[in-house]
Formats: sequence, structure tokens, C-alpha cells
Amino acid sequence: MKILVAIKRVADPDNANKIKIAPAGNAVDTTGLEWKVNPFDEYALEAALRLTENGKSPKQRIGEVIAVTLGPKECEQTLRAALATGADRAIRIDTTDDALDGRLVALALQALVLSEKPDVVLLGKQAVDGDSNQVGQRLAELLDWPMATFAATIREEQGALLVGREVDGGVLTLKVGLPALVTVDLRVVAPTSVYSLHTDPAHKYAEGVRFAPLPAIMAAKKKPLDVKPLADVVPGAALTSRVSKFERPAARSAGVRVKDVAELVDKLMNTAKVL
Amino acid sequence: MPNALVIAETSESGDVKKATHSAITFAKQAAPALGGSFSILVLGAHASKAAAALTGFGAAKVFACEDPTLEKYTAEHFSRTVAEIGKGFSLLVATATSQGKDLMPRVAARLDAAYAGDCSAVLVEGNKVLYKRPMYAGNAFGTTELLTAIHVATARQSEFDPAAPSGGTSPIESVAKVAPGAAAARVSVVSLEAVTSERPELTEARVVVSGGRALKEKFFEVLEPLSTALGAAIGASRAAVDAGYAPGDYQVGQTGKIVAPELYLAIGISGAIQHIAGMKSSKVIVAINKDGEAPIFQIADYGLVADLFQAVPALVAELAKRGRSSA
Repeated sequence: MKILVAIKRVADPDNANKIKIAPAGNAVDTTGLEWKVNPFDEYALEAALRLTENGKSPKQRIGEVIAVTLGPKECEQTLRAALATGADRAIRIDTTDDALDGRLVALALQALVLSEKPDVVLLGKQAVDGDSNQVGQRLAELLDWPMATFAATIREEQGALLVGREVDGGVLTLKVGLPALVTVDLRVVAPTSVYSLHTDPAHKYAEGVRFAPLPAIMAAKKKPLDVKPLADVVPGAALTSRVSKFERPAARSAGVRVKDVAELVDKLMNTAKVL
Repeated sequence: MPNALVIAETSESGDVKKATHSAITFAKQAAPALGGSFSILVLGAHASKAAAALTGFGAAKVFACEDPTLEKYTAEHFSRTVAEIGKGFSLLVATATSQGKDLMPRVAARLDAAYAGDCSAVLVEGNKVLYKRPMYAGNAFGTTELLTAIHVATARQSEFDPAAPSGGTSPIESVAKVAPGAAAARVSVVSLEAVTSERPELTEARVVVSGGRALKEKFFEVLEPLSTALGAAIGASRAAVDAGYAPGDYQVGQTGKIVAPELYLAIGISGAIQHIAGMKSSKVIVAINKDGEAPIFQIADYGLVADLFQAVPALVAELAKRGRSSA
């Protein structure tokens, strides 16, 4: 199976206090923020690796995993990390972060899919900077491919994937015939979430994503990494959405401390009147 | 027709989901910039029934696309019909449920339109519509401008009060399903493993009891008696879900469920910004945590510094003692 995985580096949002809004209010100042791989994309890569191996011998790829990103040269670090973890080769579409929106990313990925012809495209359900949650869905429509968004489980079948989706009120299982697109949610890296046809259904993965051992990090430097200018991939690319103003969320002020559960129930009944 | 179109959401049997009414509110708020009116589109195997339930909200028209292949929602069967009806409008909006978030970007791509997802507000400036969205895991709100002729958006349900019927009778117009693309033949719904629960749905509950990683394997053992006593839904922090103590669809936060109940109890939750983004619109927030420095206390209306394994059972007992337990 040939899989294309889209990966984005994001300014680490867990480091909340460091998110600063530029004085003009029209940009988020990312100086001083640490970059990291969007966690959902990291999970998509892990799912791609699990789908292209026998879980008992994870160093051997059965098929091919191609990691793709869009952005400036610094993003190659993100791709090298993906190569070290097990991806076979990588493609960077050269552009700057401010020249992209969800529509353009989907158009660029569409062009890559048409030339690479993967069986599966895997992406995180959203990137935790823009939180747009649109690229996967857009790409599936552009390709006229079936999709399964917000995947918690993926099981390979002959020519198809059985995907358990996180939906309101439960897990909805979809069967999508290949080629197909999947966006992943948190639970996809649980020990029994993803199985290729080659992996024993009784196999249990370690929780979470795998880490690259040092020799693999060295070897990754020799793996192929192609660079294509955005203008070649999407001729005439122009933004169709822009953020004109950023604001911090309104602060919610701290209330009172109660000394025990009796006082708590008392406050909820008599002051807040919610019980 | 420079107006707004609401994409309704229904059950398989054609009952209109409550989420639809939030998208109607969104459309009504945007309407002044868009010719003043809005219409509604319903798709499903029982779309006429659903359309009939939506004629009292002041829509210019209610479109009903009834087709047996639309009984179970799939984006592949829905997107082209929504795009076909939608291309006569300048704004297409659904509520940001799992269905809305799945479908609407696909519709946007079909129309080559820009998309603003999970909007917390819609702003009208003259004849311009702008979209305020939470970004950076809730650390910032971005006011987004869409530069295509057609805009596609989803509305964060907790930020738009459900529209109330306003009287009148909107005309219903039947529309035909547009033939789907090749994708539709390669997708099938296998099963829905619904979370069977006596408890209310997380996003619609009046009271939510949420637990963090501190609960460990005792997540349900500790929280169930309290949720039963309060008639509450149970939620979880991302850390608790990541650790496997709670199922994924329990997650409250920017990347999970967004809730705004009257009462939210955060039990053993430290209060990562990611989590706060998903519950800060709650009317009253209670935090119980043994770490008095936990950030959750900065936003809680009532904070109790205590060992939750003792405090929660004590709270259940106290509620029973005061006759405030529905258990």
C-alpha cells in the first residue's frame, strides 16, 4: 500500500502564555514559541506506518509512505523527523506560511496525489494553530474520493479500509474503497487501533507514536526529499481567506474557594441557584 | 440571490436535530448583510417530514431533497446536492456537529469557496460578513474574512442560542438529488456503535461532570454516582482520554466537544488552555483538585482544594442529604 501523509509544523499551543498578538492585532507573534509537529499529523504518520508493516517487524515497510509538507526550508526538519520514524521519502512544497490557506493546501495536495497516485491519503483532523479542520475534506472532494474523517480505528481489508469514526454520540464505522482519504483523531494511536492485512489481529502496539532511534535519524538524512515551488504545483495560487484581527479570549475571573463540600452545595443551591 | 442557506441536520427517521436551530440563529445574524433573508435545505430519506417541522422559523423557503440513498448521512452522497442548491446563495451554514464539520468543507471545495469552521460569532460590517473563530487551541480568536463570492461556514453550537419558531409558514420546495461522484459508490455505513447511556448527551446536558487524568482507572467508579445524582453528562479532559481512562467522544476541549452547560464540574482537571476552550462558556464552573495552584481555579466560580477520591463521594452524600439528588 502506498500512503501519502500530510504533515504540518505548528507553534506549540500548549505553551499558552507565549502566544502573543502583534500590537496591530493582525497577526500572532510566534517568536519564542517552540515549533512542533501538529499532534494529529504525528498520529496520521503513525497510522500510515502501522498500515504499511507487519506490527511484529516495524522496521520493514510493506509498501511506501511519503511525507509531505508545505512551508519554508525550516519545515524540512519536520520531514526529516518523519523519515527517521519510518517514512520512505518526503516532499516539501516551498512557500511561506502566510501564503497559504486551507483551500490552497488542498489544491496543492490534490496535484501531488494526481502525480503520486497513492492508495491512501492520511492527515490529522485539524492543525492546532488555525484549527480549521478543512483540508482533508476539501481534498477528498477535489479528488472525488471517499473519506472517513475523525478516525479512531483503521483496519485494512482487501482493497478497502474499515474506519471507526468519532462522531457525536458514538463511533460510526465506515467502509471506504481504495483509493480513499482518512483524517485521524486522538485515539488512533491506541494499542489496538490500526491494523494492516499483514499484522496479526492479536498484536498490540505500544501506546502512542513510535520514536526514531539514533541510527534511523542518521539514515534519514540520506532519504530522498524533493522540493517543489508552490507556483509550479498550484499555478496562480491566491489566498481566499485571511485573518484581519486576532484577539485574546475574554478572561473569566476566578471565583471563590470553598472549604468543604457542604459549603460548595450551599453556594450552588443558594448563591448560584443551579441546583 | 445573495442570501444565506442553512443546511439542516436530521435523524434517519427525519426528526430535525436541535443543532439545526443554532445554524438558523447564525443565518439570521448574518442576514442583514446578505439581502435580509435565509432559506433552509433538508436532505434525507424523510426530508419532507423534517421540512414540515422547519416552516415556522421565518425562512424564505425550505428546500427538501428526499431520496432513499440519503437515509444514512455520508458526505459523498450529500455534498453535490448541497453545492447545487447552495450555489444560488452567498453563505452556506451548518452547525459544527461531527456531520457539519465533515460535510461543509467538502461542499466548499465543490464550490471553490472559502470556509470558516466552528465560528463563535458572525459579524456584520455594512454588506460584509466576517467570521470570528477560536484558533491556537483557544488561545486566540481570529476574525476571518472570506474572499470568495460564496462563503461556507459552520457555527459552534454552544455560541448560538437555538432559534425559536417565529410564526409564519415558509413554502416547501422539493428538489432532486444531484448524482454523486464516483466516491459515493466506494463508501458504505457499516454500523453506529452508539454510546448507550441513561445520561443526557454531553453537548446538550444542563449539568456536566468532567474528569481528568487524576482519576486513573477509577474514572467511572468515582464520576458515575455524581453524574447520576446530578442527572449530568460525563466529560473528560484530553489527558484522561489519551491515557485511556475515558472514551474519545467524552473529550471536552478545543479539539473535542464544546460544551456550555449551566453547571460544569471539573474533577481532577488541571485546566490546560485546550480544555478551557471547550467549557469556558459554562454558566457556573466548579473545580475540585488537590493542587491549589492548578490553572482551573483561575476560571472556576467555586473552587475546592481537596483529594477528589474523598471529596466526590462526600459531595454525592451531601447532595442526597439536602434532597438535591436525582439518584
